[in-house]
Amino acid sequence: MARDCRHTVAGTSRSLRLALAGLALAALVLVPTWRTDAAPSGQPVRIGSTLALTGPLAATSLIHKIVGEIYVERLNKKDGLLGRPVEWVLKDDQSKADLARTLYEQLVTVDKVDLIIGPYATGGILSAMSVAQRYNKILIHHTFGIPTLAKYEMHFPAWSLGPTPEQTFPNTLFDALANSAKPPKTVAIVTSKFPSVHFMSVGARETAKKRGLQEVLWLEWEFGNRDFGPIASRVKDANPDFLWIGAIGLEGVMLLDAAKKIDYVPPGHFHLYPAPGPTAKAPEAKGALAATIFEQHPPFTNNPVAAEFVKEFNERAAKAGLPDNSVETQAAASFVAWQLLEAAVTATKSLDDKALGQWLKTNRVDTIIGRLRFDGANNYGDDLMRVKQLQDGKWVVVWPREYAAPGARLMMQ
Amino acid sequence: MPSATLLGQSLLSGVFIGALYGLLGLGLSLSWGYLRLINLAHFALAFLAAYLTYQLVDVGDWHPVAALAAIVPAFFVLGVAMQVFVHRFAIGEFASLLVTFGVTVIIESLIQWIWTADFRRLQLDHGALSWRLGPLFIPIVEAAMLLVTLALTCGTWAMLRFTYIGKAMRASAEDPDMAAAFGVDHRRLALLLSGLAAAFAGVAGAFIALIYTLFPAQIFTWVGVIFAVVILGGLGNPLGALIAGLVVGVSESLTMALTEPAWAPLVSFSLLIFVLVLRPDRI
Repeated sequence: MARDCRHTVAGTSRSLRLALAGLALAALVLVPTWRTDAAPSGQPVRIGSTLALTGPLAATSLIHKIVGEIYVERLNKKDGLLGRPVEWVLKDDQSKADLARTLYEQLVTVDKVDLIIGPYATGGILSAMSVAQRYNKILIHHTFGIPTLAKYEMHFPAWSLGPTPEQTFPNTLFDALANSAKPPKTVAIVTSKFPSVHFMSVGARETAKKRGLQEVLWLEWEFGNRDFGPIASRVKDANPDFLWIGAIGLEGVMLLDAAKKIDYVPPGHFHLYPAPGPTAKAPEAKGALAATIFEQHPPFTNNPVAAEFVKEFNERAAKAGLPDNSVETQAAASFVAWQLLEAAVTATKSLDDKALGQWLKTNRVDTIIGRLRFDGANNYGDDLMRVKQLQDGKWVVVWPREYAAPGARLMMQ
Repeated sequence: MPSATLLGQSLLSGVFIGALYGLLGLGLSLSWGYLRLINLAHFALAFLAAYLTYQLVDVGDWHPVAALAAIVPAFFVLGVAMQVFVHRFAIGEFASLLVTFGVTVIIESLIQWIWTADFRRLQLDHGALSWRLGPLFIPIVEAAMLLVTLALTCGTWAMLRFTYIGKAMRASAEDPDMAAAFGVDHRRLALLLSGLAAAFAGVAGAFIALIYTLFPAQIFTWVGVIFAVVILGGLGNPLGALIAGLVVGVSESLTMALTEPAWAPLVSFSLLIFVLVLRPDRI
């Protein structure tokens, strides 16, 4: 009995030790989780920005709004910024660059936000940049298209184009074409005069010449052009091996639609900044090439943060009624802008604009589109633009090969 | 040197877009000419009709003709309601510009709220089909639009010229008091005319949905050229609006075919300035 009892005591003591060890282990595992889930407290960190919630740029701005909301919610579910909750003060710049300038001035002087983050589109960002410069605020922005215009030393682009995308990206595209089964010999370059698009098309023209491609047609149209019939007829007449369409939104699809009506399909066609969802649904856009920094397939989604974001964005975009719920350049660049802001604040433990700017200039930041740096000309680092293609109704990266979707390769008609 | 095919195809393209200019200008010209109402909301109504067509055809799986049959009477009623509003608040010619601009902004916001600001595009199986005529191609939907525009324009012209209602409308526009003395009920005629103008906007909207890509802010991109067409054609002149539309459309298209497409928008306004210098009485 005594032996039994001793055995029991010994057994109990061993169980107790095991239980205590288990508890200690659980504490080790759980404490960090508990700490990251701690509700942030105190005065909120106020981050101000505008977006084109109405007007011609509203379609894309809605993507940035959804991403911003997702990111701020994620921050607040964790520890906020510096342990304080984050409040996003968002205003509608109505797609007007002049109004964006006024609203950023208001955000800094009246709303007295702690930090600002960029609006959508090159014109608006340029306006916000002038305000940021006046008040020595850092400006991290999503999709600024003309790096040479960004002279302010404390602006930080999330859309990593490199300092000369008008040279680097067309080279990436023509490299892809040169490595395809049917490398083109002649090219037609037709483009909208929308500034950030036109600038890239002019670069493509020069690059094509340097690479020995024969230019058989060069055309420009005003942004908002309605009739693509005569342009399609001229492309058909020129009969190029490859068509560069300096298009924004659905201009490229409208051109292909007009071409289809005159029984013409260009052998290969590239669209600079297409509306990805509606373009993917257009049968005439089959095989279209476009530029991207992110698509929701491996290797991009091998990053767990990216995979989680993709899942959340897909759900939220569907709820918001967006015709295309996938994460591509716009959503990814928007997410990266917030990642940069969080990384800088966390690393410096500060909201001081100078400290944040200095840190971003001297450090590299891991993001869902790759490792970003800001130590090049005009704070631009590497050109991370890749080439994607519409295959079986889906956009997949086809070039460079290391970023291509599993099994995907460039198809030429 | 451009080929004959390029010129021919561009000419056709100009005729088709010119017909749409004429169709959009028809309702605006009638309301401006006969009701002294500069109805900016006409464009918003056209795009509302375009979105409704998109919704019924793409989402509801209706036939486009059925969608048109539903939209036209609904827009007639909407036009009548707008005229009741205008009459109730005695809105004058220039005040109408401001009021209808406000209505346009409201409708644009409504469209954005319901369909979001993203691009919408009708994908019809036969939408891009064309008839072949030698080396030229005639797109079926655009050809249908041209025929409908011709029918509506000529019908409206004939109605204004040969029917009692038409004559009463013209008399009322010229001298409302004298027309009233002869028993013309200006108010009733205004309701009918406003309804017709809105119904024409509905027809134009249906074709816009069938041919173009939709996004809410696009409403404003048509305003300049259609105003030019209406003024060039003469206020309240259906045939004038169609002819002006065709002239502007063809000029734009040939400019695109022969020179830089970017110069095309200059055409309509250059023509407008030229005509206004020669004939300042047109406005």
